[in-house]
Amino acid sequence: MAYDKFNILTSTAVPLPIENIDTDQIIPARFLKATERVGFGDNLFRDWRYNPDNTPKKDFVLNNAIYSGKILVGGKNFGSGSSREHAAWAIYDYGFRCVVSSFFADIFRNNCLNIGVLPVQVSQKFAEKVFASIHADPKTELEVDLPAQTITLLSTGEKETFEISPYKKDNMINGFDDIDYLQSIKPEIEEFAANLPL
Amino acid sequence: MSKTLFDKVWDAHVVRKIEGGPDVLFIDRHLIHEVTSPVAFLGLKSRGIKVLYPNRTFATADHNTPTINQHLPVADPLSANQLKALESNSNEYGISYWGLGHQKNGIVHVVGPEYGITQPGATIVCGDSHTSTHGAFGAIAFGIGTSEVEMVLATQCIMQPKPKKMRININGKLGVGVTPKDVALFIISQLTTSGATGYFVEYAGDVFENMSMEGRMTVCNLSIEMGARGGMIAPDETTINYVKGREFTPKGDAWDKALAYYKTLKTDADAVFDKELTFDGSSIEPMITYGTNPGMGMGISHDIPDAAHAEGGAATYAKSLGYMGFHEGDAMIGKPVDFVFVGSCTNGRIEDFRAFTSLVKGKHKADNVTAWLVPGSHIVEAQIKEEGLLDILTEAGFELRQPGCSACLAMNDDKVPAGKYAVSTSNRNFEGRQGPGSRTMLASPLVAAAAAVTGKVTDPRTLIEELV
Repeated sequence: MAYDKFNILTSTAVPLPIENIDTDQIIPARFLKATERVGFGDNLFRDWRYNPDNTPKKDFVLNNAIYSGKILVGGKNFGSGSSREHAAWAIYDYGFRCVVSSFFADIFRNNCLNIGVLPVQVSQKFAEKVFASIHADPKTELEVDLPAQTITLLSTGEKETFEISPYKKDNMINGFDDIDYLQSIKPEIEEFAANLPL
Repeated sequence: MSKTLFDKVWDAHVVRKIEGGPDVLFIDRHLIHEVTSPVAFLGLKSRGIKVLYPNRTFATADHNTPTINQHLPVADPLSANQLKALESNSNEYGISYWGLGHQKNGIVHVVGPEYGITQPGATIVCGDSHTSTHGAFGAIAFGIGTSEVEMVLATQCIMQPKPKKMRININGKLGVGVTPKDVALFIISQLTTSGATGYFVEYAGDVFENMSMEGRMTVCNLSIEMGARGGMIAPDETTINYVKGREFTPKGDAWDKALAYYKTLKTDADAVFDKELTFDGSSIEPMITYGTNPGMGMGISHDIPDAAHAEGGAATYAKSLGYMGFHEGDAMIGKPVDFVFVGSCTNGRIEDFRAFTSLVKGKHKADNVTAWLVPGSHIVEAQIKEEGLLDILTEAGFELRQPGCSACLAMNDDKVPAGKYAVSTSNRNFEGRQGPGSRTMLASPLVAAAAAVTGKVTDPRTLIEELV
């Protein structure tokens, strides 16, 4: 599915300084029943965001108007648990294009890269600075520069580099996905399949 | 060059290596279910491409399905719609479809091995993180997202960087009442829920060598709960005896050839792992979790650790215990239990029901407990009846439901109500996992049985000793 190309993103950020946020929290299983990829943003963090009677929980960050932006900053080990890509879809559909954390779960990171959400892994120290800066001033902006592989806290100019494979970086800058690539090498795949050991 | 088991299987499936990028990995077997496949099929349709090898993909309905009255239409319209989409997509693209009511229907990670779809040395993926289960056979098996489901349907390949390698060695004799589930929960409690992220794990040592295939599946199933993509165990006689003669297992000359190949599937003596850990099997107790991730587990006779000894920051720890309604230093023994769930791709196999039944035999379900016993497949269901377990269970006040994922993730009606406590043999104790507001304690079938008959958290060893 086509997604927004990613180049340089400058935005305020929404802080969620909780560790081990699993994909069941990002989108609970009962909201996985759709057969199309629409409307998942409405249920992003559903049970942290809404009371059982569907009224917003006032103390949750997504319900606090002073925080907004296209960047979500999460605690360590973000996206653990279920492989549901719906978690990444919900984040994208809500309007985020980048998630920053000091550590990502493996499948979640992969899912993000496949659908146009950039996972930016930073040091624990940098993550703490980001949380502290947003806490002090919710209008704090971050600049995520994918071509340069840097993230900058614009209020202080503090900057870190982050890792991404050259292949995935190229994909995200151009809005390509893996199927485009795999389709282009289909004859090679078919030859491989014909010569499997078993 | 010396290779690990993981290297051997991975390297045999690399179609192409991309400079500075992932490997293009060929997938032998692809399992799909109703929840993570519909959008992948939509993608195929919008691109106008077919399924490259439909005979390498197998579809079963499990996540959404009811566990009673399966002969009736599915009441929830959204679930029914998703199940219908799986059926029509499978039919349209020529994929084997084992829907509700089909004899082969069941939990994807239970039926795959039962029918011999799971084989040593194979690469197996599914849009479900517990695909790691199949690693018990010496396969590379892991969960993928829906974009990757679409890739596999379209090209039978995915693109992944090769993970790092970890070996976990456990030797020694397991104590009375200590099951494969306890071994796995023990490992996760030691490594934390992210301790193996970026790694593929090989389990080695006599504890795993002495395990049945069912036990090995439980251990490999839970690999994802410490962040690992997957876990695997080298195939041996136990593996071969299990695989032989199943419906999708090679036959005749092809079997002989397969057997020769399976025997090469072990880590070379001098192969090197990126990380290696060793534990003493005799030190493992029956385990139970007290928090809201599977790493928050402990020996059942211990007290809940204080924040200083727990994984994660103090705020996260306080949030977790607050959700559970527990406090630092509390004993777990004696905690109230409202629900007991036996089932899931982790513990929904025949051995699990044998273990549960052995402990409840001659006792009676506690009045305050609602128990859901959900077999992983129709084969397991039939075995429970044939072995006479159902009679014992009925006598003890338990009922058996029909196969499916059920209360493990509560997508159907099997939901634990808000605030209620469940001792569950499933795999995740996340907030709301078993229903909004539900509070889950993960444990083995024996611990579940002890809770079911006493109505509170109970060390199963006290009841086993009574029996002896």
